Amino acid sequence: MTQINVTVDGISYSDEVEPRTLLVHYLREWLGKTGTVVGCDTSNCGACTVHLDGRSVKSCTMLAVQADGHQVTTIEGLAENGQLHPMQQAFHETHALQCGFCTPGMIMQAIDLLKDNPDPSDDEVRLGLEGNLCRCTGYQNIVKAVQTAAKAGGAT
Amino acid sequence: MIPAKFDYHAPSTVDEALRLLSEAEDAKVLAGGQSLIPVLRLRLAAPEVIVDLGRIEELRGVREDGDALAVGAMTPHADMIADPLVREHAALVAEAAETIADPQVRHRGTFGGALVHADPAGDMPTTAVALGAEFLIAGTRGTRTVAAEDFFEDLFTTAVGEDELLTQVRIPKHTGWGSHYEKFVRVAQQWSIVAVAAALRIDGDSIAEARVALTNMGSTPVRATAVEQRLIGIAPVADAVREAVVDVAEGTHPPSDLNGDADYRRHLATVLTGRAVLAAAAG
Ligand SMILES: Cc1cc2nc3c(=O)[nH]c(=O)nc-3n(C[C@H](O)[C@H](O)[C@H](O)COP(=O)(O)OP(=O)(O)OC[C@H]3O[C@@H](n4cnc5c(N)ncnc54)[C@H](O)[C@@H]3O)c2cc1C
Ligand code: FES
Ligand code: FES
Repeated sequence: MTQINVTVDGISYSDEVEPRTLLVHYLREWLGKTGTVVGCDTSNCGACTVHLDGRSVKSCTMLAVQADGHQVTTIEGLAENGQLHPMQQAFHETHALQCGFCTPGMIMQAIDLLKDNPDPSDDEVRLGLEGNLCRCTGYQNIVKAVQTAAKAGGAT
Repeated sequence: MIPAKFDYHAPSTVDEALRLLSEAEDAKVLAGGQSLIPVLRLRLAAPEVIVDLGRIEELRGVREDGDALAVGAMTPHADMIADPLVREHAALVAEAAETIADPQVRHRGTFGGALVHADPAGDMPTTAVALGAEFLIAGTRGTRTVAAEDFFEDLFTTAVGEDELLTQVRIPKHTGWGSHYEKFVRVAQQWSIVAVAAALRIDGDSIAEARVALTNMGSTPVRATAVEQRLIGIAPVADAVREAVVDVAEGTHPPSDLNGDADYRRHLATVLTGRAVLAAAAG
């Protein structure tokens, strides 16, 4: 077992974990943060995307021990005082989800995308979400949501 | 799936990492984990010991060192893409790194990890071969330097031994060269079916020096030296370039798989080389 100290969604945690524990399993099973989901075994789908020190990563492709000493933000840490984050609001308003399984990862990656490029073209949105797969929506409304959030501002 | 059990070490110096590697029976180095962790999850590998390089600061970052860039093995793809020194002196590497996977993978995956992984469809090995990079490999008995043509030995096999580390890559400066990485894929986030790296120095109206290398046209990156020679002295216009690159696939041994058979890949290599050279000449 290895001792780790991680800040997740603003709260510091100190836990003993097996080194083979994936970050996503630590988030879900130790901390109960089941908003972050697992959609594949091959690091392709992006459903598990979280932010590590402010940049997007696939939490299924990291060990929890690698997050020791770092800050993690999950989909559950975005809303403030009961107010949805502007990106969550935009997904809600533009119907950018159907089953919703890809949504946590899509939103986390969409926020990262706007950090690099606050005013993206539709093509740049699609490219920036290249690592996030959705089997329901056909992506049209996801692009619309990201553009809506970009225009509204404050979504990073 | 969850990886099989292993002991985990996260040393803070190269020396400590080398000591751990020399003491362990069955150890594996962890860099960005973007190739290794999927392999562990699928249990295609189950090492007893993992030595994580993530805490070794000296392995990260890009600096100038005379007529070369010294790139730390643990520099993430995203940092390579954003680095002004890489943009100025080795733009080919930044351009190719932009085509790797997706933003999340590029935040974690490292330049050194992609080189040691040595996937024949990987994009970084080809750029290193094209620009004639040198590899610094550290072991408990000291550090040695290996040239690009000797570094890639076979599929997923490099000159780095089990108890050694790639610490640094020296990329000769190609300041003022035009470059382009032409990658052919069918779907998003795909590994190269075939790709071509081209870098050119233009003098006046003609090509003065050329570097051309191919991805996924054999078990290791292929440097197209005959084509490089033929490009020298010609004007970078479509007809002349197409004629100069027509034999680029000669002598290559590309794989046949669901993405295309070997002949299709040879055809692709020819078309993509023409495009890569013309685009490199344009910028
Ligand atoms: C979905 C997906 C798509 C991808 N698409 C592409 C693509 O299109 N093109 C592409 O080029 N790559 C692609 N990759 C791979 C990516 O570039 C990886 O970052 C890279 O192959 C491995 O780098 P890493 O730092 O993550 O290394 P790791 O996964 O940590 O290690 C890879 C291997 O190298 C060894 N190793 C790493 N660093 C060192 C070192 N310094 N010294 C000695 N041994 C070392 C490890 O022991 C391991 O065997 C993709 C990955 C994923 C998950
Ligand atoms: S669960 Fe699919 S990429 Fe992480
Ligand atoms: S909404 Fe169902 S996978 Fe995207």
